[in-house]
Order: sequence, then structure tokens, then C-alpha cells
Amino acid sequence: MEVLVCVKRVPASGGTPQLTDDGQRVDTRNLAFTVGPHEECAVEEAIRLVAEHGGAVTVLSVGPAEADEQLRYAISMGADRGVLVETGADELDPQATAAAITGAVRRLEAERAPFDLILFGNESPDAGNYQVGVRVACALGLPIVGGIKGIDIDDGARHARLRRDVPAGVEVYEVSLPAAAAVKEGLNLPRYPSMRGRLRARKAELDELSARLPDAGAGTGAGDIDTVPSEIAIGRGGLRKMRLRQPEEKRTETVVLGRGPEAAPAIVDILEELDMV
Amino acid sequence: MTMNTNTLPGRADVVVIGAGIVGNSLVHHLADLGWSSIVLLDKGPLPDPGGSTGHASNFIFPVDHSKEIVDLTADSMRQYEKLGVLTTCGGIEIARTEAREEELRRRMSSAVTWDIDAELIGPDRAVELVPFMNRDIIRLAFWTPSVAVVDPLQAGALMREQAAATADLTVSANTEVLGIETIAGHVTKVRTDRGDIETETVVVACGVWSPRIARMAGATIPLTPAVHQMIDVGPIPELAATGVEIAYPIVRDMDTFMYERQSGADLEVGSYAHRPILHDPEDIPSVAAAQLSPTQLPFTAEDFDPQMEDALELFGSILDREDAGVRHAINGLLSLTPDGSPLLGETPEVKGLWSAAAVWIKEGPGVGRMLAECMTHGSAEIDLHGADIARFYPNQRTRAHIRERTSEGFNKTYGIVHPREQWLSSRQQRLSPFYEREGVLGAEFFEVGGWERPHWYESNRPLLEEMAEFGHKFLQDRPHEWDRRWWSPIINAEHLAMRQRVAMIDLSAFAHFEVAGPGVLDYIQRMIVANADRRVGRLIYTPVLAPNGGFRSDLTVVRMADDRYRVITGGSDGARDAAWFSRNVPADGSVTFTDLTSATCTLGLWGPRARDVLASVTDDDVTDDGFGFATARHITVGTVPVLALRVSYVGELGWELHAPFDQGRVLWDIIAEAGAPHGIIPAGIGVYGTTGRMEKGYRLMGAELTSEYTPVDAGLALKKVKEHDFIGKDGYLQAREHEPIAEMCILTVDDHHDSSGMRRYPQGGEPILSVRGERVVDRIGRPSYVTSAGSGPSVGAYLLMAYLPVEQAEEGNRLLVQYMGERYPVTVARAGRTPLFDPDDSRMKG
Repeated sequence: MEVLVCVKRVPASGGTPQLTDDGQRVDTRNLAFTVGPHEECAVEEAIRLVAEHGGAVTVLSVGPAEADEQLRYAISMGADRGVLVETGADELDPQATAAAITGAVRRLEAERAPFDLILFGNESPDAGNYQVGVRVACALGLPIVGGIKGIDIDDGARHARLRRDVPAGVEVYEVSLPAAAAVKEGLNLPRYPSMRGRLRARKAELDELSARLPDAGAGTGAGDIDTVPSEIAIGRGGLRKMRLRQPEEKRTETVVLGRGPEAAPAIVDILEELDMV
Repeated sequence: MTMNTNTLPGRADVVVIGAGIVGNSLVHHLADLGWSSIVLLDKGPLPDPGGSTGHASNFIFPVDHSKEIVDLTADSMRQYEKLGVLTTCGGIEIARTEAREEELRRRMSSAVTWDIDAELIGPDRAVELVPFMNRDIIRLAFWTPSVAVVDPLQAGALMREQAAATADLTVSANTEVLGIETIAGHVTKVRTDRGDIETETVVVACGVWSPRIARMAGATIPLTPAVHQMIDVGPIPELAATGVEIAYPIVRDMDTFMYERQSGADLEVGSYAHRPILHDPEDIPSVAAAQLSPTQLPFTAEDFDPQMEDALELFGSILDREDAGVRHAINGLLSLTPDGSPLLGETPEVKGLWSAAAVWIKEGPGVGRMLAECMTHGSAEIDLHGADIARFYPNQRTRAHIRERTSEGFNKTYGIVHPREQWLSSRQQRLSPFYEREGVLGAEFFEVGGWERPHWYESNRPLLEEMAEFGHKFLQDRPHEWDRRWWSPIINAEHLAMRQRVAMIDLSAFAHFEVAGPGVLDYIQRMIVANADRRVGRLIYTPVLAPNGGFRSDLTVVRMADDRYRVITGGSDGARDAAWFSRNVPADGSVTFTDLTSATCTLGLWGPRARDVLASVTDDDVTDDGFGFATARHITVGTVPVLALRVSYVGELGWELHAPFDQGRVLWDIIAEAGAPHGIIPAGIGVYGTTGRMEKGYRLMGAELTSEYTPVDAGLALKKVKEHDFIGKDGYLQAREHEPIAEMCILTVDDHHDSSGMRRYPQGGEPILSVRGERVVDRIGRPSYVTSAGSGPSVGAYLLMAYLPVEQAEEGNRLLVQYMGERYPVTVARAGRTPLFDPDDSRMKG
């Protein structure tokens, strides 16, 4: 089966994100880049599915040229092919991102076989708009379920069973292929790439699809979705980022209650205050 | 007696900035030495504040070619062991190439010199010790059973506790230093975001941040943060099965500049092979903004990937598996300095501001102990000459120089570095007025103190024929590439021509200071061992001692007037001496210190015909009666006003001609022209610093002279001890009361042939052994090793200098020297100060 995984290059979390002076983006000078944890699980799942059912894993990213690093990482884990739609340094909004992915999927499907399954991360760790997968699925006329933590494929029947956790238990959906799913961390435990895998990824040839960025004043990208253009036109979505703001810093003070046995009474007081004893 | 973590005191005896391995060790040893109120600050949290200590690979290989580093490492290992944080695992250094095999043999000599148990082993034994290695690519290996891993964070915590037990120690984590205030060039206060602390002593021990902190006080700490990449690969079942952090020896794959070590179930792979990746101290992220820690930056895979193939080649059996993943990968920051050595001691710019920077885990505790000794007593048990932060001249403390040299130096971390190896970057920074003339003559320039100095001249190649009758066997090239690297037989030809005729030698790298004022006699008396109360024009060669009575420097002092002295010292130690002499100028303003180095050039003129040459271009009296040995006078050479010093480091009649820098070129041309009829040649530092010097047995600072040997050991004790007090006098008097323990000797190599019949030439640093092959050690544990090595063309022998225990320091005594895995017979030719060449100095004094 042919599985497509869509991944986004995002700054790795860890420290307190620092913002650029204009408040438009995270200052990434000292940050590594990665894909979100949901998407890492999506890549892992795709690799496992293909290992079990045959086929190939294609990983697609829409973003800056540097996103090749994330595609190569997926290849080092075991993906077969990486495709980059380069859209420059400016971040696209969800509408535009979805349009670009849709255009890319049409192109890839026109050139090769159609995808049986398209996997998204449930949401990106930086923007968290929760909608790119749904938009793409709608545009392509595919069924999609979000929040997925389990995937079973029935090759013969050409359908997939998708599971997700809900407060009351587990929901199971059955969709016929081709389908899309937005998956969540916990779906699996993603592997670390092997050294040989990293060397393989370093030498891998990535496919690039050329993109046409919007002219000033151009409309949304929605107009291109019914055609298979040679160049993927990137429209401007309707979402405008005003400004990012750093949340108020909570400075925690360490209070030393004492050293050795002499600290015991103070600790008991605290535990009582917390209703723990 | 307390370890207060909440409030900062308003005053402290000392503030140590940085709670990594160095800062923690330092507070421990300061407390031990009686410092009572100590503050230790770090802007990060404890126990891991986020500096290099927190991500270091923590292994220690004890063998090094540098005595200073070996001693600091050995002391550190003892301290780690005492703290219970040292695990011995052994270590193997692998040679994949023939050049590295030779280097491992050289390493073996160093191991013997410093008495570290080590063994050269073959591939079979190597894979017995570490079964996962690819036997086929191993040619030879160097096995050191005492290699260990340590836990520096735990060591730091224990050291803080020990300090708190004996001193009033305040440890303040999460505390940012905002400023360091000074008054009249002396530290007075540290400002932090938790309050200010008044203090006279501040130690900057904050690794990669040190330049930033020092700058707050107006000082420079010349280092750059640089990336060292490492990855963790696992899980590897064979390693997991051991159930311990480290069960197998650590492997250094020397030719690929990489190491591999077990870390639990993983194999850690580190590299010094990637391109130099330098950072700016200002750009290191804050603790809050850093993803892992401020000194663990995002891994740049493209730099490391090429090295993976090397690691897979050696450790394929456990690394080349799909289920062993790269679980952790960082660009770890460490500190690099322009010459690769640490930066220790009081900064030359600011009194009371100390640097304890650019130190590896393997030296941290030892550095803390030695620096605490320096801060308390003025000198330390281990000579820290090579690590003295004052060794750099101003141009060597600039960002541009640091970046160029560290970029070049990074890949030397595991490289094979020849003892004479020259830097290629940041050259031509200081040029004497003779430089262009020298270039035309085909000078091969070596660098000292940033100066370009001719080491020999290609224009003298014809002398190889001309001088054959005087020393034929010294005019052959050396058969082994290593022995002739950065060397030429032309040096020996120049030497012979100087001894036969006359030579001119560029000595412009000398440092010149003028000290003057009503208090100068008192001051200079305090600084030097020799009596400075001599008549005007007198030239005084003298030791300069550290407070413990060991050597700090040796230099020349000239009394220029009743209230004025000139101090002349070598280029390699000029910056250190400038710092020492200016730091000790009395605070009352009675003495001024002026550095005349950049205003003065020096041309040495020596040889039997030197007087004829000089007399032909000056009207001044240069006869022995008019211008006696060990005196200095102003003369005029052609149009050039010259301060001439009748002295010699090569044992010949002649002068140092000190001239105004701008007239140096004229001086060169006058001497060259006047010398032509006398067969004058330009000679390089190969003659001045090695062949000429060694034939005369003159001791060189940093080689024969270190703070671990007294002037008595060195044979440089003066006949009388002057009345006046001077720095190091107590130690000097004490040393004089006893018979010397060791004596500086000159040895000759009796047979140069190795087992294959090739002639080999020891280069310095090699161990001296008894004829039975045992190490030679004096009764206070100091081993005998070659401090200098070089040809003695006029005495017909290849010469080695070494301290020998007095009982071995007998002329005619036969010993061995171990060089590149083989042993060569040597004989003590001279014990003590009397030179081999012209023992009564009649040539020089005639």
C-alpha cells in the first residue's frame, strides 16, 4: 500500500521559547528543528504498515528549503521517499498549507500510484490550528478521522479500522480506502534512526515540487484545487497572525527548609498544608 | 561553616563565578588553605548549572606529551578517586596508519617519562580487550589500564560540602553576574541580580562564558566556545548485558579523531574531526532559552555524518544495526584557546581578577588546587608556566586571532603534533624591520610571541659545502622525516660559519621594559636574585624567582642610570614577564614601568670577527678595554644610535645591538655591508636558541628552567646572596643550605642507529634510563627527561640536556634515552654549569 505522511518543520521545544522583536515568530537561533511528536508517530506507523502490507512510504513537507532535514530524518527512520514543496521562509496559514498539500497530492498521484492512506499529525506543535488534515481530506474527497491512536488495515476488504480514545472509552471507525487520518502521540513508540539509516538519508535524493507563491492581492488558494497544475500555486489563506506574546514568567523560588534531620518538622508542616498526611 | 543558599553576603574574601568542576574544586581548596568567607555563584541551577561540565564525556587518558598537563591530570585523578567518583575502565588508542604507529611509540616514551603504566599492544590483544572492534583496521594500539571515567557533578557537590565544612561558603545558584567593579585597576565589587558583594578577589571559572564575564571588569580571557559533537547509539544488547555504566575500555580511534565509549546500554561516539564550529560567548543561549542546556546546542547532522562511516568501520559489529538508534546527539560547547592550553592565573589587566578557564574535566580538580595555591602563596606545586593567562600579547588576545588559531587548532585535538610544529594561520602579525631583507634571503620563518623570526636561511645553503671541513657529519640531512621536520642542516652550517667568522641574528622578538623612578633600585632588587646595585652600564644576567623559590624567569637587566633600568627578556616569555614586572610596581608611584618592545629592534652580532665588523662602522671604542664583557653602552653605528650590550647566548665575542625600530633596516644594511669582507652570514634562531645555546649549556626558560627546580638545581645559584630582600628569597636560601638534589647535565648521544640501522635524533621530552633500562628519578620523585635536544656541531656531538639526580650526575656516566620505542646509549658529558664548548668563555670574553 502507498502511504503518505505529511510533516511540518517546527522548532524543537525544550526551553522557554524566545520571540523575535516584532513578535511575529519564535527566535530559532539556538533551537533545533524537528517534526511534532504526533507526526513522528505518523511516520513510524506508516513504516510499520508498509513493513506489514508492502508498498512505500512517502513523506511530504510544505515549508522552507531547510525542511529537507525533516524529510531526511523520516527517511533515516525508514521512509522510502521525501517530497518537498518549498514555500520560503514565511509561514503559511492552514488554508494555504492545505491547498499546497492538496496540489502536491494530486501531482504525486498523477505521476505515480494513488495513495491508500494519508496520515497527518493531529495538530502542529507550534501553530496548533487542528485543521490542515481535514481541509486536505475534504478537498480530495477522502474520509478522515482525527485523534487516532490505533490503525488496522484490512488489505483484502480495502478498508481501515481507526481507533481513538474518548473519555468514556474507545471509539472505533471503519473507513474504506483511500482514507486520511490525523494521529496522536501514543499511537506507537517511534524508533530512533540507526546510523546506517542516517547515512542512507544523507545520500537520498529528495523530490521537489515547485510552488508559485501568491502575488500581492491574489485570492485564496482554493481556486486551484480541481486541477493538476505543473506548478503548485500557493494561495494566501484568510488567517492573519497579529502578534505572539510571551506568557508572564512564573519565577519559582527554592526555599531550603533545613538540612538533614532538622528539616523534618518543616517538611511535615508542608505535607499537612497540602493535605497529604 | 555554613552553606547558605538564600542570601548573598555583602562582603567576601573571594567570589568564584562558575560552579562547574573548576569553580567547585577551587572553593574546596581555597577553604582548605584557610580562606574564610567564600561565595560561589552560578547563573544556572545546581547541581548542573548548564556549562560544559554537565555534558562532558568525563573520561581521562593520563598520558600526554606536556608535563604540565600530565601533572594536572594525575593530581585530578587522585582527587576524583579520593571523592569516590572515579571508575577505572582502561583505554585504548588505535593506530590505523603508520604515522600513528610512530606517534604511539612516542606516546610510550611520554608514559615512561611520567611513570604511567602503559603498553603497546597488537590487534589481537586490542580486540581481546574490546571485542566489538574490527581487528583488520588496527595496526597497533596503546593500552593504558588506568584510563578512567569520573562523575564531575558529584565531585562538585562533594567539594562544595567539604568547603562548607571548613569555611563560610555561600553557594548561590540561579544568580546572574551583572557587573564587576574596579578601582584603579583592582577588583572591588561583584554586582549580581541578588545583590552586590564587596571583594578584592574574583575568580572567573565559567568556561565558555568566561570572556563575557571578564570583560565586565575590563579584562580579556582569550578563548572561544567551540562545538564538539557526540552521539549516543543504542540500545546495544551486548553493552546492556554488562549491567554497568562502563565495563569495556574506552577507545580512541586516533586517526579518525574520534572516540567510542560505553555508556550503559549505549555506545557514545564523539568526534574532533568535523569542521571547526565556533560560537561567540555573547550568543550562548540563556538557561531558560536553551533546549537542553546552554552548552548543548542543536546537533548539526551534516557535520557529523561523514564520521559515522568511520565509526561503523571500527565498531560495525554493534553499531551497524537497524535496531540500534541514534538516541541522543548534541553539539556540545567546550572552550578552545589559541594555543590549546588552559588560561590560568591573575589577568594581566585587572589585579584581583583571576582566570580559571579553558580546563578539561581531566584537569579540573588539579587546576582548582594549583590555582588556590597560587592565590594563597603566589606559586603552586605544579609549574603552570604554559597555562599562564599572561602569556598572550595584546594582539593574541583579539577575537580575530583567537578565531583563526582555534579554527586551526581544533583538529589537532587528536592530531599528531610535532614539537616544532608551526601555526599556519594568523601569521605575520609582528614583523621586525629586518623582515623584508630576511625574506629576500630565503628565511624560513618560525613564530615566537607572534613575531616572525628566521629559523634558518636558504641563502646559506652553500655553507653546507663550505663548512664541511669543520663538521661534516652535522651537515647531512636527517634520514627520518620526523627528525628533519621543521629542521634543516643549514642550521648547523650557519652555526659553524658563526664560530669561524661572524653572524648577524635577528632578535627583535625580545621584550624590553624600562623601569625608572626614585624607588626603582628598591623595586628591581626585590624582583631579581642578582644584586642590582651596580654601576651604571653594568649588565646583569639573573634568575627571577616565584615566591616559592622556583624559577619564574631568567633575563638581563642593565643599569641605565642611577634611577633607571632596562629589562630585556625573551620573546616567548615577554608577555608573562611584562605582567609580572608591572604587577609588582609599588603602588606609591615611585616607579614607572614602560614597555619599549615595539620601539626597539635587536640585531645580534657574534663571532670571532664581530669586533672587526663593529669597529669598522662606529667611532666608539669597542675594544675589550673600552667596552668590557657584561657592560652596555650607547654607541653610534653609521647614523644609527644603538644601545650595545656586550653579552652572548651563543658563546662568541659580540654584541646585542638595540636600535630604534624605525632605523633597524639601516642598521641591518650597515652591518651586512661592513660584514661582507669578513664573511658575515645571517643566522637563524636554530643557532641562537639551540645549537649555540646548548654548546654553551645555557638554560632556557620553560625547558630547563621551571618553578619546580631551584637555581641551585639549575646551577644558576649566585656566589653570594645579596642583603636586600627579593621575591623567592626564603626558598632560595633554603635550597642553598642543602646539597642539590638534581643537577642540570649535558649528555651526548653515543650511537644514533636504531635497530634497522637508521640514524635517529631525539627531539626533547624523552625519558632518560639507566643502562639496565630503569627510569632515573631523583630522591624527591622528579624524573629525568630530555629538556632540550640539538646538535653541537662545534663539539662534535648531538646534545641532550636533562636534570639528573646528583648521584647520576657524574661526567662519563653512561645512560640510555628512549626515543620512538628504541633505546640509545648516552653519556654525561657535563654536570653543572661549565659549558662543553669553550669552557672558560675565553672567546666570548676576549
